[in-house]
Amino acid sequence: MQASDRFNINSQLEHLQAKYVGTGHADLNRFEWAVNIQRDSYASYVGHYPILAYFAIAENESIGRERYNFMQGL
Amino acid sequence: MDPEIAKTQEERRKMEQQLASMTSLTFDTDLYGGNDRDSYVTSIPVNEDEDNLDSLMDNEVARKLASYTAPKSLLKEMPRGSDESDDVSGFKKPQRIIDREDDYRKRRLNRVISPERHDAFAAGEKTPDPSVRTYADVMREEALKREKEETLKLIAKKKKQQQEEEEAAPEKPPADSSAAAAAAAPKRRNRWDQSQDDGGAGAAAKKAKTSSTSDWDLPDTTPGRWDATPTPGRLGDATPSASVGRRNRWDETPTPGRVVDSDATPAAGGVTPGATPAGMTWDATPKLSGLATPTPKKQRSRWDETPATMGSATPMAGATPAAVTPGVTPVGGLDLATPTPGAINLRGAITPEQYNLLRWEKDIEDRNRPLTDEELDAMFPQEGYKILDPPASYVPIRTPARKLLATPTPMGTPLYAIPEENRGQQFDVPKEAPGGLPFMKPEDYQYFGALLNEEEEEKMTSDELKERKIMKLLLKVKNGTPPQRKTALRQLTDKAREFGAGPLFNRILPLLMQPTLEDQERHLLVKVIDRVLYKLDELVRPYVHKILVVIEPLLIDEDYYARVEGREIISNLSKAAGLATMIAAMRPDIDNIDEYVRNTTARAFSVVASALGIPALLPFLKAVCQSKKSWQARHTGIKIVQQIAILIGCAVLPHLRSLVEIIEHGLLDENQKVRTITALSLAALAEAAAPYGIESFDSVLKPLWKGIRSHRGKVLAAFLKAIGFIIPLMDALYASYYTKEVMVILIREFQSPDEEMKKIVLKVVKQCVSTEGVEADYIRSDILPEFFRNFWVRRMALDRRNYRQLVDTTVEIANKTGVADIVGRIVEDLKDESEPYRRMVMETIEKVVTNLGASDIDARLEELLIDGILYAFQEQTSDDANVMLNGFGAVVNALGQRVKPYLPQICGTIKWRLNNKSAKVRQQAADLISRIAVVMKQCQEEQLMGHLGVVLYEYLGEEYPEVLGSILGALKAIVNVIGMTKMTPPIKDLLPRLTPILKNRHEKVQENCIDLVGRIADRGAEFVPAREWMRICFELLEMLKAHKKGIRRATVNTFGYIAKAIGPQDVLATLLNNLKVQERQNRVCTTVAIAIVAETCSPFTVLPALMNEYRVPELNVQNGVLKSLSFLFEYIGEMGKDYIYAVTPLLEDALMDRDLVHRQTAASAVKHMALGVAGLGCEDALVHLLNYVWPNIFETSPHVINAVMEAIEGMRVALGAAIVLNYCLQGLFHPARKVREVYWKIYNSLYIGAQDALVAAYPTLEDEQNNVYSRPELMMFV
Repeated sequence: MQASDRFNINSQLEHLQAKYVGTGHADLNRFEWAVNIQRDSYASYVGHYPILAYFAIAENESIGRERYNFMQGL
Repeated sequence: MDPEIAKTQEERRKMEQQLASMTSLTFDTDLYGGNDRDSYVTSIPVNEDEDNLDSLMDNEVARKLASYTAPKSLLKEMPRGSDESDDVSGFKKPQRIIDREDDYRKRRLNRVISPERHDAFAAGEKTPDPSVRTYADVMREEALKREKEETLKLIAKKKKQQQEEEEAAPEKPPADSSAAAAAAAPKRRNRWDQSQDDGGAGAAAKKAKTSSTSDWDLPDTTPGRWDATPTPGRLGDATPSASVGRRNRWDETPTPGRVVDSDATPAAGGVTPGATPAGMTWDATPKLSGLATPTPKKQRSRWDETPATMGSATPMAGATPAAVTPGVTPVGGLDLATPTPGAINLRGAITPEQYNLLRWEKDIEDRNRPLTDEELDAMFPQEGYKILDPPASYVPIRTPARKLLATPTPMGTPLYAIPEENRGQQFDVPKEAPGGLPFMKPEDYQYFGALLNEEEEEKMTSDELKERKIMKLLLKVKNGTPPQRKTALRQLTDKAREFGAGPLFNRILPLLMQPTLEDQERHLLVKVIDRVLYKLDELVRPYVHKILVVIEPLLIDEDYYARVEGREIISNLSKAAGLATMIAAMRPDIDNIDEYVRNTTARAFSVVASALGIPALLPFLKAVCQSKKSWQARHTGIKIVQQIAILIGCAVLPHLRSLVEIIEHGLLDENQKVRTITALSLAALAEAAAPYGIESFDSVLKPLWKGIRSHRGKVLAAFLKAIGFIIPLMDALYASYYTKEVMVILIREFQSPDEEMKKIVLKVVKQCVSTEGVEADYIRSDILPEFFRNFWVRRMALDRRNYRQLVDTTVEIANKTGVADIVGRIVEDLKDESEPYRRMVMETIEKVVTNLGASDIDARLEELLIDGILYAFQEQTSDDANVMLNGFGAVVNALGQRVKPYLPQICGTIKWRLNNKSAKVRQQAADLISRIAVVMKQCQEEQLMGHLGVVLYEYLGEEYPEVLGSILGALKAIVNVIGMTKMTPPIKDLLPRLTPILKNRHEKVQENCIDLVGRIADRGAEFVPAREWMRICFELLEMLKAHKKGIRRATVNTFGYIAKAIGPQDVLATLLNNLKVQERQNRVCTTVAIAIVAETCSPFTVLPALMNEYRVPELNVQNGVLKSLSFLFEYIGEMGKDYIYAVTPLLEDALMDRDLVHRQTAASAVKHMALGVAGLGCEDALVHLLNYVWPNIFETSPHVINAVMEAIEGMRVALGAAIVLNYCLQGLFHPARKVREVYWKIYNSLYIGAQDALVAAYPTLEDEQNNVYSRPELMMFV
């Protein structure tokens, strides 16, 4: 980072970003990124009831079971 | 500064000090705000004093300028103006802290930096080394000091008695009295005088007889005197400037014998390392003379004596080898040649004034130097004279002082070697600091002089080298440039543990005691301490007291930030050292004989309490508050509680009961001061706890209410204050009961002539009255008659604080009893002959009426009121404050339609006053119109208003800008109320008259004028021909330069109105032309104006011309166009969807321009555009633009990259996260880190903005051997 960069909004932006778990950085490897993707996906599935219902129908499981499975995956 | 001025100031300060010391005898300083209480600044306002500050300032200026009759505005500007004259360059001149300190705060310099103490934690079970100072040692010393103090007081008392007896028996022969005095003299410490001349006893007696201000006679007033004197164990240079403040009377008349002596000794002292306190002054020395025998020979040896504890003594400038070598302190070396009392200070710090004075003296000295042989040869005839041989015993010393200094006489101190004379010394020119060190000020030499000696560096031991390194770093921090300072600060922090606590603090702390320290320097040094503390942690323990001595004064500094810094340091210190060490360090100061020390210690303790938690400190506090040994300890303990309450506010609530229990017995203490402070502490606690916690105060209610019956004077005042704060906490029932109890006393004290008591009584009445349970009837019958009889008198209006308090209290009473009661009682006084009194009445009426309305006021009172107000308004002569104006406005507005019958009379007054000779009167009249315009409309007096409009119109030629501004404001008010069509004079006549006024550069005129013009453009543009509006447009361009934002905003809005009225073409042409100007602010405002025009007249009227303007091959113009586009799309929002395709080619071009600013501005235009059209089906254009924006992501310039990132964010909103993610994916795992960093940054903001939306868009990753990356769920299909 340049000296001029240190005090402007950009550095604060990066600081802000670093506070979120799923954010990445230049040294992130494939595995770590993939883990984040997986977790985000599961969280998203669990968070959207229609999607959960859709998966339940497709897998022929109860919605509760689906939710449980996804929670375990987190 | 001129030495003359310095001298006069010095004298004045001395006189003031004497005066202050006399006053402090007469009343208790704790309560009555004598010289010390006044000087405190409670960091958290305890009472309303804080808000009085500005008015006090007004008052002060007003008092100073009482005889001037300049307008108020000028007076108001005076303080500001004088400040600004200092910083013509725009920078604040460095300010020395000592210059703004009062005598009380200067007492910080009397304190000595104590040597480090035993650290019980580090030592473990071991018995402490006898050379180390332990807690017991310190306590013993304190006890000794106290005893000494007592003895001295006794002696003084005895002496006084003796003197009285002498005076009572004048027939006694004088020889007797001198003998008596001589007998008394040995008890006094001025043995020097005695020893020097045999007649000294007689002289001393004479002095004792004549001087009524002898030190001993005023035991209380100059406690600093003997407190300041370092005891052998605690020598230090903490008293460098004591002699500046109070010069002993024997300093002023040096006898010849003493001159030599006084000169010789300090020189000796200067070279004895560690033996003499460097900054010790003559005032301070008499204490030591106790050790000496009266003969001069022995006297000298006293200086050489090194007390045993000295080895561990404080670091001081004198101890550094540098200060010893005359070469390094050229200033001191030269100036000591003149044995003046001032020269004595040299080993202490030297102020620039002193420096100049000494330089001047040196000059005189040069001219009066002894003649050389050659000169004598040239003067005298060759024959007739014979050169005699000097007698064998003669030793030719010509200027003894200089000789002595140049080669210090061997003093016989063991281990002392005569230093080689440094040939390289330069006397006048300060030596260039070597090795890139910053410039040293003369007063810095004593601390940093050693750094000028480079040659010895190789020979130094590692410790010395370390010291040297610390010194270098400190000098850089203190005087260096910001980068130097920064690196030095970092080094100090990083190496703190390596340097060790001792060497670091031994260097830093004396610097902080330097009398010439400036705010900035102190701030930096305090910062160093803070950083170092953090690193050193528990190593700091032995130095806690040292640090406290230096930092405590910050707690009572008048500068808010200094107080905060002080608190921060002490809080960090207590966290680093732990409670036990803090208590051990501060315990001895709790019953110190010096009030200053106790006061600062109490404050420091409160900080410790807030840092380590009150519960931790409670047992200690309990013990201190119950101390049987000294009332000082109890006083300080209770004061600590008070300070805790002030410092941490409502956070005392959990501990309230225990805190009250700790101090409650103080109400019955035998010492009056303790009782007073206890009551004050209870007041502080109650205030901090409000509105909760009454149950904690149950136990003190009885003593408090009993106390007010038995006490008088200041104790009573303190008790009343406590009651005043406790009553509001009570339930209605109790509050009513207790109020009635206390009211008897309060009413009795209404008559008290004491100003302080008056203030407190008023305050308590206010607090009682505002409490729920107190009934209006009770107030009416019991309080009001006495209250008005005693307080509503002319005298109360003269003192600003009384005035405020009285008004507040009366308003509070009115809230309970209603308007009619209060106003009815004072309305007659509006016609009082004293103007300040009238003003006070008016202010009260204003506040009461604003709070409660005027519905209570009956017809008779209404008549009286209007009559009184008119009288007061017309009779006012002084032009400070708008009290009368505000009062008038408030009453008229409150009465509303009821004013109708009086309006003709009011308008007559106004008209008459508009014609007045005094500008201020005219201004007020105009201001009054703008206040009552709305009411006039309510009363349907439109004809009258029209008439006033014409009158005002006639006065538009006014030459005073303040008045003109008010007249314009009045016109605006009238226009607002009666509308454009009914306005007289007609708008078409009024506006052309305003156009030239727009040229006026005065802010008030500009603001009112642009408001008026804007209002006309908005509502009545059709009354004025288009050409006139164009003319106004040109004038308005100039107004875009105005400093005040309000004016610029009004101007830009006016552009919009005008463009709406006459069509955008002409206005736009004017504005576009204005884009070519150089001034940035002007251009920015123009672009905003263009955007507003576009908004008010629809974009299609503006865009073609605007885009056409982009073809002008000029950076400023093109940027202006882009900026306008950016604002335009921001303002028009969704409307943008119709224009996005039109401007895309232009933006393409701009985003590909070489100029950074083009791309930046275009990017921000794209952002606004994208945000405006999100979801409106313009994705194709946006993706196209994103393709142009994207390559800019590698820009490094902060503004550009910001704009680009925001544009991408805008795209995320408009296009969806998935599309932007696809742009992003290409670079997340790029081989070049620089690229990856940028892409991850974009990814992260994308992720934060739309985490959920990304789930569907993530790429499919191939599984590895163990890891499953695929997300089969997403592949499911029903």
